[in-house]
Amino acid sequence: MSSFAEQLASWQARLDKSLAKHPERKKEFSTISGLPVERLYLPASPDQAYAGNLGLPGEFPYTRGVQPTMYRGRLWTMRQYAGFATAAESNRRYRYLLEQGQTGLSVAFDLPTQIGYDADHQLAQGEVGKVGVSISSLKDMETLFAGIPLDKVSTSMTINAPAAVLLAMYIAVAEGQGVKAEALRGTIQNDILKEYSSRGTYIFPPKPSMRIITNIFAYCAAEVPQWNTISISGYHIREAGSTAVQEVAFTLANGMAYVQAAIKAGLKVDDFGPRLSFFFNAHSDFLEEVAKYRAARRLWARIMRERFGAQDPRSLMVRFHTQTAGCSLTAQQPKNNIVRVAFQAMSAVLGGTQSLHTNSMDEALALPTQEAVTIALRTQQIIGYETGVTDTVDPLAGAYYIEHLTDEIEKRAGEYIERIDQMGGAVEAVEQGFIQREIQEAAYEYQKAVESGARVVVGVNQFVTQEPPPQDILRVDPKVRLEQMEALKKLRAQRDGQAVQKGLAALKAAAQGEDNLMPHILSCVKAYATLGEICDTLRGVFGEYQAPTTI
Amino acid sequence: MRKIRVLAAKPGLDGHDRGVKVIAAALRDAGMEVIYTGLRQTPEQIVNTAMQEDVDVIALSILSGAHDYLFPEVMKLVKEKGLDDVLVLGGGVIPESDVPAMKQVGVADIFGPGTATGKIVEYIEQNVKRK
Repeated sequence: MSSFAEQLASWQARLDKSLAKHPERKKEFSTISGLPVERLYLPASPDQAYAGNLGLPGEFPYTRGVQPTMYRGRLWTMRQYAGFATAAESNRRYRYLLEQGQTGLSVAFDLPTQIGYDADHQLAQGEVGKVGVSISSLKDMETLFAGIPLDKVSTSMTINAPAAVLLAMYIAVAEGQGVKAEALRGTIQNDILKEYSSRGTYIFPPKPSMRIITNIFAYCAAEVPQWNTISISGYHIREAGSTAVQEVAFTLANGMAYVQAAIKAGLKVDDFGPRLSFFFNAHSDFLEEVAKYRAARRLWARIMRERFGAQDPRSLMVRFHTQTAGCSLTAQQPKNNIVRVAFQAMSAVLGGTQSLHTNSMDEALALPTQEAVTIALRTQQIIGYETGVTDTVDPLAGAYYIEHLTDEIEKRAGEYIERIDQMGGAVEAVEQGFIQREIQEAAYEYQKAVESGARVVVGVNQFVTQEPPPQDILRVDPKVRLEQMEALKKLRAQRDGQAVQKGLAALKAAAQGEDNLMPHILSCVKAYATLGEICDTLRGVFGEYQAPTTI
Repeated sequence: MRKIRVLAAKPGLDGHDRGVKVIAAALRDAGMEVIYTGLRQTPEQIVNTAMQEDVDVIALSILSGAHDYLFPEVMKLVKEKGLDDVLVLGGGVIPESDVPAMKQVGVADIFGPGTATGKIVEYIEQNVKRK
């Protein structure tokens, strides 16, 4: 084994080569007072424990970050989750955000879209356009990305059960713009296991859902190589009430289930491993959160290498998006949320996030207004350009408390993963209701702590003031559904009905057999089969998930 | 004396169930009997369950903004089925300016984010119509 000094020298030599091609943001970094800032600070004499547990940024076990220069090279992607009402209105907000300096898009879909119902479905009543944009066919998707060059932006789509359909639509829109699938960059959430435990937008039972996911892995490895095929999400697990340790444990346990399913389907771990990405929450316990991201990176790297034999460094890395904690926002004194969000966002940056959404101050009240969204984006820009925390890699490393918390979270999350292993893995743990129960117990404990005053929430259980409710909130016009219904009627009349039927029949046959579903879904989408028609076809073969209720 | 029976319900497609589960646990700890519907219930399913389970209270939770359609639908059925003596409450992300319209259709009160569970327990104990 090479000594740490040799490891450092080889790291430096490789870095020098890559810096010659891709220099850092500035030639020299310094504090506001002019003190020079180095790229990397190390212990005076790094011992073996340091080398094994922290190491160098961009190297196993990635505790100090996934890139050797981190934000000295490039800041994280500032990516605000947005979308509401119609595709045309969402398109306007995307263009506005891009003009304001946002660097990636993040699409929010409404609930009917997320559950695979067209806007004219009976269960869509009251829901169309409410929590995101309504997409029922390729027509809507074309409108959503009109005038946005898909080879220039990266797009994240929060879509799970019908992820294959929305990805197919995105590929088809790009094709219409003359952009090849291999040039597309972005992410689909595609993480069904946390839907069963925490978020609720499932359609099919676990087994066929896992098949669709591995179909996507295989298809993208060949056709859409730059696409992140899944965003394994702790965000919603935390929002549902979990602790930081549970967030790490359940997220990585879900990740392991996907890796296992893909390997079982015959894929090689290093063929799909590099395209796995993660999504974490940034909650209010500042230093615990910083440690959480570092612990998650180290634990995953070890699992991928030791358990699954991954060798490609990119398979070992936790690359992750972060969103500040919606559940920490208060309806009382909503402007205080700006401050909460700033601290949470800072924790994600100190923890080495690759992209970030900052919540808007008014989200405990309704969908965010444009003003609130702008302040949230400015918060990221202030952290990125003014605070200086981006000028050196993993600045909190070596702090006794941070390293203690990092070790502790890794250890306790590892213990949870062992328990889940003993149950047979994350799919079984969800089916038994174990993960749901653990989360809801933690949520109830937290609530009791707030109500007893043991945990202070400013403006809610202390420092309370009476104030008039805010007037300026965003509303979605109920006529959005009627417009969408009208558009669907027109589409169904104008398209080639035979092509649609043929496509859906082929999809059904594929679903009954073992073909990869992606090419069939793509054909359906291009024939303007609707999201609902495609999902109904699959419902017919796969059935629907029946959730156990646990309280 | 019979325990107060509560149906905790999630109408519509919204998957946020942290709040409803916390409240269900708190009501149970306060000595009530709580039935939770699970996610994705239609107004018909909720009202039918309320009848079958012979509940005194229906507690509706929505965070998706669909309360403006779904709460009135539930209330319409509550009246049609003659459940006028059932106390119906709402909770979730519901703008203050929507509260009067919700009360007008018969929702007794709306409890927004940050409400202490103790306040809801007390409200139910004082306002439950069936004794």
